Amino acid sequence: MKFRRLILANLFRKKIRLLLTIGSFAVALFLFAFLSVVRDAFGRGADVAGADRMFIINRTSIINPIPLSYRDKILRIPGVKVITHDNWFGGVYQDENNRFPQFVIDPENQRQVFPELIVPDDQWNAFLKDRQGAVVGARTAERFHWKIGDRIPIKSTIWGKGNWEFNIDAIYHGKRPQDDETQFWFQWDYFQESVLDRQKGNVGWYVLRLNSPDDAVRVAKSIDDEFSNSPYETKTETESAFAAGWVKQFGNIRLLILSIGLIVFLTLLLVTGNTMAISVRERTGELAVFKAIGFSDRAVLFFVLSESLVIALVGGLIGLGLAVLAIPVLAKGMTGLLPTLFLKPSVLVSGLIIAILVGLASGLLPGIGAMRLRIVTALRRV
Amino acid sequence: MIRVDGRGKSDSLIQVRGLDKTYRRGGEEIHVLQGLNLDVDKGDFVAFMGPSGSGKTTLLNLLGGLDVPTRGSITVSGDEITNMSGSKLTSWRARHVGFIFQMYNLIPVLTAFQNVELPLLLTKLSSSERRKHVETALTVVGLAERMNHYPRQLSGGQEQRVAIARAIVADPTFLLCDEPTGDLDRKSADEIMQLIHRLVKEYGKTVLMVTHDPVVAKRADLTLHLEKGVLVESGEPQGVSAGGVA
Repeated sequence: MKFRRLILANLFRKKIRLLLTIGSFAVALFLFAFLSVVRDAFGRGADVAGADRMFIINRTSIINPIPLSYRDKILRIPGVKVITHDNWFGGVYQDENNRFPQFVIDPENQRQVFPELIVPDDQWNAFLKDRQGAVVGARTAERFHWKIGDRIPIKSTIWGKGNWEFNIDAIYHGKRPQDDETQFWFQWDYFQESVLDRQKGNVGWYVLRLNSPDDAVRVAKSIDDEFSNSPYETKTETESAFAAGWVKQFGNIRLLILSIGLIVFLTLLLVTGNTMAISVRERTGELAVFKAIGFSDRAVLFFVLSESLVIALVGGLIGLGLAVLAIPVLAKGMTGLLPTLFLKPSVLVSGLIIAILVGLASGLLPGIGAMRLRIVTALRRV
Repeated sequence: MIRVDGRGKSDSLIQVRGLDKTYRRGGEEIHVLQGLNLDVDKGDFVAFMGPSGSGKTTLLNLLGGLDVPTRGSITVSGDEITNMSGSKLTSWRARHVGFIFQMYNLIPVLTAFQNVELPLLLTKLSSSERRKHVETALTVVGLAERMNHYPRQLSGGQEQRVAIARAIVADPTFLLCDEPTGDLDRKSADEIMQLIHRLVKEYGKTVLMVTHDPVVAKRADLTLHLEKGVLVESGEPQGVSAGGVA
């Protein structure tokens, strides 16, 4: 393109200003990517939820248990394909900062209900045979440098004091990058043997799979009706509704992040718009010369828009590039504090689109001003 | 032949008839040009003089299609520019007018070569063809060896030469010079005027120039004075005839 040199020469006219403007774009786009990743992480449950999976919790609260005896009754309800149950263990490894989700699972049905979490068959069989066996997610195993065969203590904070000993028999991986690989599963039988008598026979929640997602509303109603007016009334909802409700406990994270993002981009728009306006004002005489020697109004608008677009694209690419490099590192550092941080390609694409739009918007007003410039008036100012 | 009586040949290169330009300042109307006539042929070199505010630059702007008259017509090579739309006028300027300004008006972030190349970016010439044209133009003004210098690395006289090279590179129909030596010392001014004179005599360029300096004006074939909004012949014209100069 024959105007390339001209556009670049104008861009590099004030190097420090160029650097600062590109820098502000880069910071904003990095922030955009990071906030998107955090938002996704909080909404991950809803995003990865199986359409045919439902959660059943105690209607009063998730911390209230439900009897194990409900399992067979639930299984008899038409539309229910398979059911499993979990308990929250809530232990820590070695010190209080080493937190990660530990679940007591029903080994018989776990893999049918959560088929996206893959455990190699030989490792799973070893786990089934080991009363103190545990299956750990790949990220948690990597975090604590655990390998198969390790014996590790988990200190319970809910189910009686003291350490519970486990053998790492298996490591699971998610099928998709966004699948949670931080969980730690162990045997229901081991749990039952170790808790107090009054705690036995109760599960934290059930998870079931339906024959068809279309049955969700009917099945949920049937289950909740079945146990209404009992000491343990239930609340049945789809996995995505359950996950969304869980996130809501932290406050409206989505709105908070969207608000921060919006403010960041509005500020960016003002900063870049102001930079472009100053840049155009400084060049009034030059633009008049361009027009005098035959450059059209549209060509002048094109120059201004190209400059703002180049700034936006370069800054945006730097910011998103930094995000690609830094988010995995941050994700490692934040394991246990936040759900898995994963930068989706769609975030990068949206970031780039936003950068282009902000670039165009910030150059538009100064560009139109330059386009409408009266040559005679502008030349008089030189 | 240059004439100011409105009786020039119908095939004059530039033909101005009954040109009026009125500005409104506050509530007052200022008549800068009033019924001005002018005929200029190809290869003519005419200087416009007059006191500040007499309308010299206004006339130049009108002739260059940078401004529109209140009344009257300007015809160049048979095209009446006063009836053209803004975009037509823009492309007309690119093809027909070379501007030389008092303050050179070079783009500071571009080299001499790139500054001269600017008008050619509007043509369909290839990069190598553009290079050839730019080198020729810079050779004509004697700055071929400085083509990679930025304006800040050149003297005022050299900057004006680059501006002249930019004005002639696309081979326009005529050149408009607004005080081309107004910002230069006498020596540099003489060099620039020699160059402009050479463009007229050797290359057959048509030049219309505004100046305050009688010494500079003497280089032209004819000096016309703007008085009360019309052009009046004066000075020491070479062969003034009734209403015209041969």
